[in-house]
Amino acid sequence: MSILPLFLIPFMPESASTFADEVDLYFLFLVGLTFFFSVVIGALAIFFMVRYRRRRPDEVPEPIEGAMVLEITWTVIPFLISMFIFAWGAKIYYDMYKEPKDALEIFVTGKQWMWRAQHPDGVREINALHLPLGRRVKLTMTSEDVLHSYYIPAFRTKADVVPGRYTMTWFEPTKVGTYHLFCTEYCGTQHSGMIGTITVLEPSAYQSWLAGGVSEGSPAKAGEKLFASLACSTCHQDQNRGRGPTLAGAFGTQRVLDNGATVVADEAYIRESILMPNIKLVAGYQAIMPTFQGQVSEEQILQLIAYIKSIGPKQDGSAPTMATQAGAPAGALDGRSPMTPAAPNAPSTN
Amino acid sequence: MATEVIASVEESRQTYLNNGHTVKSWLLTLDHKRIGLLYLFSISAFFLIGGIYAALIRLELLTPKGDLLTADTYNRVFTMHGVIMIFFFLIPSIPAVLGNFLLPIMLGAKDVAFPKLNLLSWYIFMIGGALMLYTLISGGIDTGWTFYPPYSSIYSNSEVTIAGVSIFITGFSSILTGLNFMVTIHTMRAPGLTWFRLPLFVWAHYATSLIQILGTPVIAITILALALERSFQIGIFDPKLGGDPVLFQHLFWFYSHPAVYIMILPSMGVVSEIIANMTRKRVFGYHFVAFSSLAIAVFGFLVWGHHMFTSSQSMYAGLVFSIISYAVAIPSAIKTFNWTATIYKGSVSFDTPMIYALAFLGLFTVGGMTGLFLAALGLDVHLHDTYFVVAHFHYVMVGGAIIGYLGGLHYWWPKMTGKMYPEILGRVSAIIIFIGFNFTFFPQFILGYLGMPRRYYAYVPEFQVLHVLSSAGALVLGVGFLMPLFYLAWSIKYGKPAPNNPWTAVGLEWQTSSPPPTENFTYDPVVKTEAYEFEHVEEIRQAGKAASAQPA
Amino acid sequence: MIADGGWGSNGSALHGFDTCQIPGEDFTVAESHASEYGLAHHFSSMEQQREAGTIGMWIFLLTELMFFGGMFLVYAIFRATYPSGFEQGSHLLSVPLGGLNTVVLIVSSVTMAMAVYSSQVGDRRKLVGYLGVTLVLGLAFLVVKYFEYREKFEHHLFPAMGFYAPEPSHLAVQYHQPVRVFLWIYFAMTGLHALHMIIGAGMLLVLIWMAHKGRFTKSYNSPVEICGLYWHFVDIVWIFLFPLLYLTGFHLTGH
Repeated sequence: MSILPLFLIPFMPESASTFADEVDLYFLFLVGLTFFFSVVIGALAIFFMVRYRRRRPDEVPEPIEGAMVLEITWTVIPFLISMFIFAWGAKIYYDMYKEPKDALEIFVTGKQWMWRAQHPDGVREINALHLPLGRRVKLTMTSEDVLHSYYIPAFRTKADVVPGRYTMTWFEPTKVGTYHLFCTEYCGTQHSGMIGTITVLEPSAYQSWLAGGVSEGSPAKAGEKLFASLACSTCHQDQNRGRGPTLAGAFGTQRVLDNGATVVADEAYIRESILMPNIKLVAGYQAIMPTFQGQVSEEQILQLIAYIKSIGPKQDGSAPTMATQAGAPAGALDGRSPMTPAAPNAPSTN
Repeated sequence: MATEVIASVEESRQTYLNNGHTVKSWLLTLDHKRIGLLYLFSISAFFLIGGIYAALIRLELLTPKGDLLTADTYNRVFTMHGVIMIFFFLIPSIPAVLGNFLLPIMLGAKDVAFPKLNLLSWYIFMIGGALMLYTLISGGIDTGWTFYPPYSSIYSNSEVTIAGVSIFITGFSSILTGLNFMVTIHTMRAPGLTWFRLPLFVWAHYATSLIQILGTPVIAITILALALERSFQIGIFDPKLGGDPVLFQHLFWFYSHPAVYIMILPSMGVVSEIIANMTRKRVFGYHFVAFSSLAIAVFGFLVWGHHMFTSSQSMYAGLVFSIISYAVAIPSAIKTFNWTATIYKGSVSFDTPMIYALAFLGLFTVGGMTGLFLAALGLDVHLHDTYFVVAHFHYVMVGGAIIGYLGGLHYWWPKMTGKMYPEILGRVSAIIIFIGFNFTFFPQFILGYLGMPRRYYAYVPEFQVLHVLSSAGALVLGVGFLMPLFYLAWSIKYGKPAPNNPWTAVGLEWQTSSPPPTENFTYDPVVKTEAYEFEHVEEIRQAGKAASAQPA
Repeated sequence: MIADGGWGSNGSALHGFDTCQIPGEDFTVAESHASEYGLAHHFSSMEQQREAGTIGMWIFLLTELMFFGGMFLVYAIFRATYPSGFEQGSHLLSVPLGGLNTVVLIVSSVTMAMAVYSSQVGDRRKLVGYLGVTLVLGLAFLVVKYFEYREKFEHHLFPAMGFYAPEPSHLAVQYHQPVRVFLWIYFAMTGLHALHMIIGAGMLLVLIWMAHKGRFTKSYNSPVEICGLYWHFVDIVWIFLFPLLYLTGFHLTGH
């Protein structure tokens, strides 16, 4: 145990993301404000106590009822200060919540008591996360069991990781180095052990790290394998020929449901459709899809989503074809009749 | 230094204390004063148990590795510390002990509106407490006092259901006490005692009772739902069955946020009484302080989501909860300014209760303002579930609520027991508590900003110095808390007999003997003056005469 | 909740554990109390006692509102999440029986109101009579509920994990889980309601006994009024429960 002189202990963690400096400034402003009011009240109280201490046992001071001017002043001024504090905090929060554009997307799964991160090209990490400097990174997270929370003090970001849904946090690292990762939602016995390391590397160093990493194939490719092995393709055929709607070109589009409502086919919708298929039923189809609850892990659901995303509508609006998809399989797999390389996909219905 | 005892207490005089000596006369009493003492005994026992858990926590955290306790044990220790301190000490404390004892007397009444219900409240509390002790003996629960599912409903291997039932039952004690107080204040005020002549202690308890009756039923139904979820795996909180774990958080915090105001409002009432009477000045801005109590009670119900800024609730919900949280802070600030202004041009005495009141002013200011940090959306993202939160709530709950409770206990001790506590020891322990408290919890603000998470029993080594400082402070704090336990108990037998009005204070409670007779008064009180009118206090005049009669 | 202040205490005789009699003290105050029938010693007048009892019951009903309100909120949230599931669940309940119970409770509220009126005019026989009818109607409600619950158990429609097994003819597979949540809410809410009915029945029994013994007079009848408040509240809760649980998606021309 090293004993540091107290004044050398830094009071703030490293500042390593685009959020950190503003959060620190905001924090210091509030510290100053607190210090100011505490000193004012403390000093006044002590001064009054001493100055007006009881000098005779039968001393009775003049009663003072109150002063409306004072009351209004010390109501309005704190109120205005509070609103300013609120507004600044809200602005920072809004920035943190807004979906980042052009972000590197990484999937994170939390489970008792470890973190698994999945890079888009397939590299996986346990209790660690390697990140490129200066690039926005968006984490899509879920839990396999209980509540967890993904906290990186150096970035000043945190988001709960909730079973049954996807939560998002994002940041842009600004400093090379290693930083702590902590789970900050109590999750059981080894909650204190659910910690890890965030490593920010120069972009070139990050690329070499990726290349050297053990890749088990991209999640999209794994998802494609699952799609076949779970026989999804039996019903989800091409050109809406099957008993289920076609999934090529579907990701991110508006879907009309049987009760007239519309929903966007995003990650959450796909996940819900796999686990509780007939809650939001696409119009024109029967409620016959079986549930895969208990048959797929959160990990596998993320892979299926990655696959469905990969065959989603392309950015230039053209229809996806198998040839242009990432991870086109080398050999044919069973039961995949409509998705063979030869059959072009119909243009997606937007 | 020998002081003249102004009013003598005859040995043969009947008071509520010597009106019946049997165990039955205590356990089946309908006298609100005795019921207050029954609560004092029970909650002190729970405080000791909760304190032992606190000591274990601070001992474990002396070193970065988990070496004193296993992880599982530590999780049970911090959970039980929270559950016992909140539900079995803080929430009852001032209302059940001081409120029960004083409210009828301050109103000029003979008892609360429903004395049998009052006794029932204590028995319900004891039954709930017994169940919690059973939980403790079975190893305690390890879910955190917040009981979040799915951990608490599926994964925890501890007696969650029984703990839930215990809290469910104890909640009714709180509800019935609040009900009793509200009806008493509405209907049993003495002639001439209009609402704006009421002591601010009464206003504070009225606001507290409002929260108790409206909020506690919601935690009751929530904990019941959790217990049923755990027993029958229904699926309202379990995502694998289509439920929503965040729904629990909303339901839980809907009560648990107002609950913190149940803990602080009575303490603010105590501080109002002490400051007014020990500066011999009417509280500055009496109406503002009274209405602030009500405002805190009402707004307190609208801010529960500020515990959930990072829980995946929508950003818009976050914005609403944050802005209203700032609105809640304003009435507390108004009170603090008013109390400080009361001291201005007062006649200040430095007795122990006043030291506690001043400590409250300082500690509550820090605690309250650090709440502003947490209500700030962008900052709470970083601070949520870190030691910053732990420091904040200990500043308000210990530095605010417990300090107020101890101040009130000392202030009304002569009235309740007819004995004075040893003044020097009182002041010394108040100062020890203040110093120990700050050393314990101030470093935790720093730890929190550095990123130390809550509920960790092992931590990264760079946090150790601050933890050692905190644990050292806890030792001092513990000593400070134990001292009153000993000297207050000592004073019951050996303390100097107390006069009717040792503090030369105003208020109906000082117009009767120390301790009071069972009927509270030997006459029917009629109120003719405003609150806090010191010109007419006979004892002040007598004290002046006594002083001038001393040889120069 | 049995409120103090008047119930079962008739001035001088029944002080129970109160220690009013302090020897050697001036007791003009207590003496004047002893002469007023039904006044508890800690109240200064019948007016105060009556006011306290009434306000106390209203505040208690407010807490009950918050208690049931939590469950209604859970219902609302899950109904919004699983609208068709909740419809299916509602179809499993018997509208005729629920409707019968609704009528029973409404009539019992009328008879309760009549009982309160009888106590106000001092008609002891009618008071006992109406209280009795109210009690019988309340018990009838509970009997009907028993049959409803029994039928659910027979069809394995109680949502405990491991016991729950709806028949395929009753319920399509994809609705199993949402209906489980619906049934849980149904049992929890009607169960809590039934518990309150049982407590109400107990209160009625006590009132009937007291009325029979002639304990209530024109000036001392607040226990009847207070109990009436409670009974009406329990009735109103059912008025909300019935349509929300039984009538979701109910069409007059059959399901």
